[in-house]
Amino acid sequence: MDSVYKHSPAWNVSWLFIFLAGFSLFFSDIEIISLEPWQELKRLFMGLLTPDWSNLSEIGEAFLQTLAFAILGVAGGSFIGFLLAQIFHWRWIQISCAFIRAIHELFWALIFLQIFGLHPLTGLLAIGLPYAATFAKVYAEILEEGDKSALQAVSRDASRISTFFYARLPDLWEHFKSYTSYRLECGLRSSAILGFVGLPTLGYTLSSAFMEGHYSVVWALLLLFYLLIATIRYWVRPALLPLYIIAAPFIIANDSTISFDNVQRFFTEDIIPTPIMRGESLSESWHWLSDLLINQALPGIANTVVLTQVALVASGILTLLFFPLISTHFFKPAGRTLGHVLLVILRTTPEYILAYILLQLWGPSMLPAIVALALHNGAIIGHLIGRYSTEIQLRVDASRGLNRYLYELLPRLYGQFLAFLFYRWEIIMRESAILGILGIATLGFYIDSSIQELHFDKAMILIFITALLNVLVDTLSRYLRAKLRLRTNVDCRASNDYCTAKE
Amino acid sequence: MILLQSETASYQGVKTLHDIDLQVSEGEKLALVGQSGSGKSTLIKLIYEHYPVNTALVPQDYGLVNNLSVYHNVYIGCLEKHSTFYNLVNLVRPRPEQVEIVRTILTGLQLEEYLFRPVGRLSGGQKQRVAVARSLFQKGHLLLADEPVSSVDEQQSRVVLKQMLNGFSTVVLALHDIQLALAFCDRIIGLEKGRIVLDSPAEALTAKDLLSLY
Repeated sequence: MDSVYKHSPAWNVSWLFIFLAGFSLFFSDIEIISLEPWQELKRLFMGLLTPDWSNLSEIGEAFLQTLAFAILGVAGGSFIGFLLAQIFHWRWIQISCAFIRAIHELFWALIFLQIFGLHPLTGLLAIGLPYAATFAKVYAEILEEGDKSALQAVSRDASRISTFFYARLPDLWEHFKSYTSYRLECGLRSSAILGFVGLPTLGYTLSSAFMEGHYSVVWALLLLFYLLIATIRYWVRPALLPLYIIAAPFIIANDSTISFDNVQRFFTEDIIPTPIMRGESLSESWHWLSDLLINQALPGIANTVVLTQVALVASGILTLLFFPLISTHFFKPAGRTLGHVLLVILRTTPEYILAYILLQLWGPSMLPAIVALALHNGAIIGHLIGRYSTEIQLRVDASRGLNRYLYELLPRLYGQFLAFLFYRWEIIMRESAILGILGIATLGFYIDSSIQELHFDKAMILIFITALLNVLVDTLSRYLRAKLRLRTNVDCRASNDYCTAKE
Repeated sequence: MILLQSETASYQGVKTLHDIDLQVSEGEKLALVGQSGSGKSTLIKLIYEHYPVNTALVPQDYGLVNNLSVYHNVYIGCLEKHSTFYNLVNLVRPRPEQVEIVRTILTGLQLEEYLFRPVGRLSGGQKQRVAVARSLFQKGHLLLADEPVSSVDEQQSRVVLKQMLNGFSTVVLALHDIQLALAFCDRIIGLEKGRIVLDSPAEALTAKDLLSLY
């Protein structure tokens, strides 16, 4: 049987995805619309040389707000998630969490804005709710996969709480801690982009600076944000966290109040489908629904899938180009430092901000979204694979250069590479949908327009469809990973860096 | 005290014990001997499942928490005897009255200098003695220990076994060391392929009699 050369399943799956992406490209609109895109890009990078810190109080306020929302949202999410993890074996908890996770923070923010207005609760829930659902799942996995021998040695009469704190938490603490601190970093990014829908965080200041063409201020904000994330391990200290958590509510407090009429109206009128509100006949209701599905949901889904598939493959290609930059097998320390700087910047910048910047420069088409998603995700997976490659020991007589890449490293890394890429698949899809808010015709575009037109009933149905699409891709990705026997073990979460791929 | 009648047991889906009839009275010191895979561990587990109350257990994999100190690992033996609140306080700030009891036990096992060292930083033999210390702290009617001295040297084995036999009236030990079994226990149970093939008072046996089991 083995006398004929056969390609591996991983090879076949890779080409399937490449063909799908190529096919999708036919249906995507990729163009540069603005008149002088490169001129504008040049102006943007000139701003890097002259970062403008003059408006320090405004910048400081934006950062305080970003930090406070992130810390409170993640802390609350982690606490609730921890409790949910204890009952995560209940099927309906798993399903609810999967569904809540599948809806992006920005969509949650759009929903809560209708209910609570600009009250701080909007930002807190927008981060806290999806984060709690993610924490529940990952904490439950940590508990499930952890060593249980200590637990089995404890008397069954000991109270559940005592047993947990003595026989489980101490040895799993590091896992919980590293995953939670990684999520705090994600929380900072989420908090920053909430500014794009009107919360007083970094995104708000950034987008207004951008609109006014103050590129020096844009860079001042971005550089400070990189600094904040790069130094996270120095200012996030167990002893300081309580202080932050106590201070944060005072920072995010504002004088807006929750209108209970609003809350009530949202649940009893706004989100009830119009035909039901008006008591229309079945055929009229069907007309309403089919109009929504055909004219908004369908094109939205098609564009979201097209963008996701192209961005996924582009991320993969960039990963394979990026990882040698930081691998000890290819570059000397000086070169690797440059590679690290590039990858850190690309993965620290939220893809939403990257897409926003490119969109301003090149005009609205899928191109800025594809480039932003590919750069961000390629940098994340490239970093992980690069780190992983460094652990591989090559024999002294191993080939060099391209031969080493193709014969020694790629074959050893390819399984891990695909595993990480498929992990990110669902995340890329969630981002693809959300980038619609910037004007690309994915689901987010139709959701945002419905909200602008005060059609919350339509928006809710579209958000529901988006969530279903995400759950579907998540299931598909899990199926593929199992089929290809790609490794997915607890070690993925053991170090902070590996978590990045796992979400 | 213990009464098993035609019991069978499976380990990871494979039947490892057949037709076990065993009666143990209060005060007996039993040694289970036999090759590895003969069913000693499974029999220990089987007895524990039938008599979990007031029984101290030293499992083969110790069941220790690596990030907790030796003191806390020993204290786990008595979690159910204190309120949850007391346990949580003790986790953060060891209670002096408990520390003293644990220290005495550790001294008997030549471990007192490691009282507050995380278990993860101990050697294999030290970990094994921590598991034994937990059972001594726990107390009870019955001690079930699965190869409790497999990782400690000859001299220490004798010290540890002596402590265990003094601490409990009824003891069931799985031991692969025939000399120790004959020296410390008063009744020997021989296992082969999941069946009891020998049950005799220790004084009626010599090491040579037991060699046939191996």
